[in-house]
Amino acid sequence: MSAAPNLGQAINGGCDDRPIAIEVQHIVKRYGDFEAVKDVNFCVHDGEIFGLLGPNGAGKSTLIRMMTTLIPVTAGKAIVGGHNVAKEPDEVRRMIGVIPQALTSDQDLTVGENLLIYAKLYGVPRGIREKSIADVLEAVDLTKWRDAQTKTLSGGMRRRLEIARGLVHNPKIFFLDEPTTGLDPVSRIAVWEMLNNLKTTRHLTMLITTHYMDEADKLCDRIAIVDHGKLVALGTPVELKNSVAGANVVEVHFDRETEEWQGRLEALEGVTSVQPESSGFYRVITKSGSKTTMQIVELAASLGESLTSLSVQNTTLDDVFIHYTGRQLRDEQVKPVFTMPPRPGAQP
Amino acid sequence: MNRMYAIIEREMRKFFRSPTLMIMSLMLPILQLIIIGNAFGGKIVGTHVAVVDHDHGPQALKVREAFDAIAVNIKTFTTVDYGNEVQAREDVRTGKIDAAVIIPEQYSRRVYTDNAPKLGFVVDNSDLFTSASLEGEMQSLVDALNDPTVKDRLDKAIALEIVELYPYVNYLKYLLPMTVALAMYISVMIGGGMLYIDDKARGVHEGYLVTPITKLELVFGLNIAGAIKATLSGLSIGIIGSLIAGLGVVFHPMIMLQMFCLIVAGSIAFNGMMFLLMVRVDDPLVPRAMFGVLNVLLLYPSGAMYPTVSFPKWMQAMSVIDPFTYAIHGFKSILLKDGGWIAIRFDLAFLTIFGIATLLIATPLFKRTL
Repeated sequence: MSAAPNLGQAINGGCDDRPIAIEVQHIVKRYGDFEAVKDVNFCVHDGEIFGLLGPNGAGKSTLIRMMTTLIPVTAGKAIVGGHNVAKEPDEVRRMIGVIPQALTSDQDLTVGENLLIYAKLYGVPRGIREKSIADVLEAVDLTKWRDAQTKTLSGGMRRRLEIARGLVHNPKIFFLDEPTTGLDPVSRIAVWEMLNNLKTTRHLTMLITTHYMDEADKLCDRIAIVDHGKLVALGTPVELKNSVAGANVVEVHFDRETEEWQGRLEALEGVTSVQPESSGFYRVITKSGSKTTMQIVELAASLGESLTSLSVQNTTLDDVFIHYTGRQLRDEQVKPVFTMPPRPGAQP
Repeated sequence: MNRMYAIIEREMRKFFRSPTLMIMSLMLPILQLIIIGNAFGGKIVGTHVAVVDHDHGPQALKVREAFDAIAVNIKTFTTVDYGNEVQAREDVRTGKIDAAVIIPEQYSRRVYTDNAPKLGFVVDNSDLFTSASLEGEMQSLVDALNDPTVKDRLDKAIALEIVELYPYVNYLKYLLPMTVALAMYISVMIGGGMLYIDDKARGVHEGYLVTPITKLELVFGLNIAGAIKATLSGLSIGIIGSLIAGLGVVFHPMIMLQMFCLIVAGSIAFNGMMFLLMVRVDDPLVPRAMFGVLNVLLLYPSGAMYPTVSFPKWMQAMSVIDPFTYAIHGFKSILLKDGGWIAIRFDLAFLTIFGIATLLIATPLFKRTL
């Protein structure tokens, strides 16, 4: 699939005949002259895990905050669970669970107390409160930690508690803002498995923002890539990978750098783009990894040059991300906000 | 309403779970009561006064006997004999001794001939408290020396008879009302100011904002919790401070009830004021920076340590709108004067209205969104 159809899909938001849980229509967020979100459209279907990918400052968190009623919408409309976030915010709040980026559970309270307070805040009836708490603790595998003080939990366990907190009122739609940031690889995988289980057992619709491409690839049914406040691509992980011209990436490191390498590599058959990474090191996007590899070896031999390394990879979401956003890292363009330093002894 | 109770429950659980906050909100006022109460309330004793006697006559001996009486009884000072007046002055200047009395030549003769006898007194007036105390003691001594040996049968001089309405109030007792008000202020400053902004910065409020809690439930939940914490601090210090200062009246049921009402009204007022000041603040450094400034701005113009009538007009104007003024006036009326409801009704009314007014202003300023 070429890039054009996906961009088209991004513009109409990928809405189809399936039941819709979240519908975002021409949504805009302005801070003074700065437009953080620019005319974004997309639909999230019932029961799917939808990922929002984008570099720092792209507008992901702003989007999620508008959909969760945390910040007002400047223009456009967001319908969550059939309710307009601007006109029926309380209805929306009753339907959603939200896991913010930071770990915000009370460290001085126990796991059970944290859930009890939120069950009351969400208006869970007294008669089913205990059962709801027991159920979510079971779902996130924290039952035996119910009476432990939150400050004694590891980072992964605290994230699970946050997930339990967002589920205590049995929401239909679940928003997770970078749910695995700061977790070790084992904890990240545990959270992914938990989210997949929750999706199935609780029939949840999830909207996730993440920086991790592997996370988006494994977890999300569909992914929207956001950059500079705009939706630049939308589709399933496979569709997005196919949308990038060239199916393989060849990484080649020549022993000696010359000015001619880029031009010679671009001239090879099937090569769609060449990205210089460092001295003598190039990422070559090609339609056929094996053919291009052979050609590079022959080219080097014919010129009497030697190779330090040569590897072939399938296209990953990283490639898709770089293709649509242009670079992997970007300085954040957000207003300065004071962040509390962690408490002494607190888990990262 | 249940959501408001959830906020109060969360705040109170945190309050009782965090001994640091409780201890710190009680420690400072107690330490202030003990240290300032004893430091400022005590009498000056054990100073050293040089005596340079150029006369050596019977009237000079009478002066020295009076000095000995002071040294033995009220112990304000003991005397040290100096032969050299210049050396005595120098030693006062360098702080080796606290004052010097010069008995000039011909002092006894001048006393007997009623020829303007004088005693010299050199004091270090850079130390206001010590010099004032020594001057007072010396003036009493001179007055006693001037008393006629044989008094008239009918007293011709005008005398002032002082009637003290209340039992003796030492400085510890005098400071107790300020201490109770200070405990409440520290509680709202830490519990309602610093922790409130810290929670905001940590994203705890973001968690509240995605629940269906209303703005009013959130504002009232936070403020009621803050007022309960301040009330608990005020009551604790009221009882502990009364025991330290030796004020048993606090255990009288009616006084207890009056204290409770005043502490509740004061807590609402202090908490409302703090909420209004912090309602749009996001930076956790702000309440920490404001802590000392507010303490000086509110405590000293209130008449806690010095009477407000001695202040310049602009400070008196500050004291009129300062909730500390009314809290401290009320506590003094109850604890030191047993003035009853009549004495505190205006304080109660002001504090309650002040608390409600600040909340009414702060509520529309409170943002239900980030």
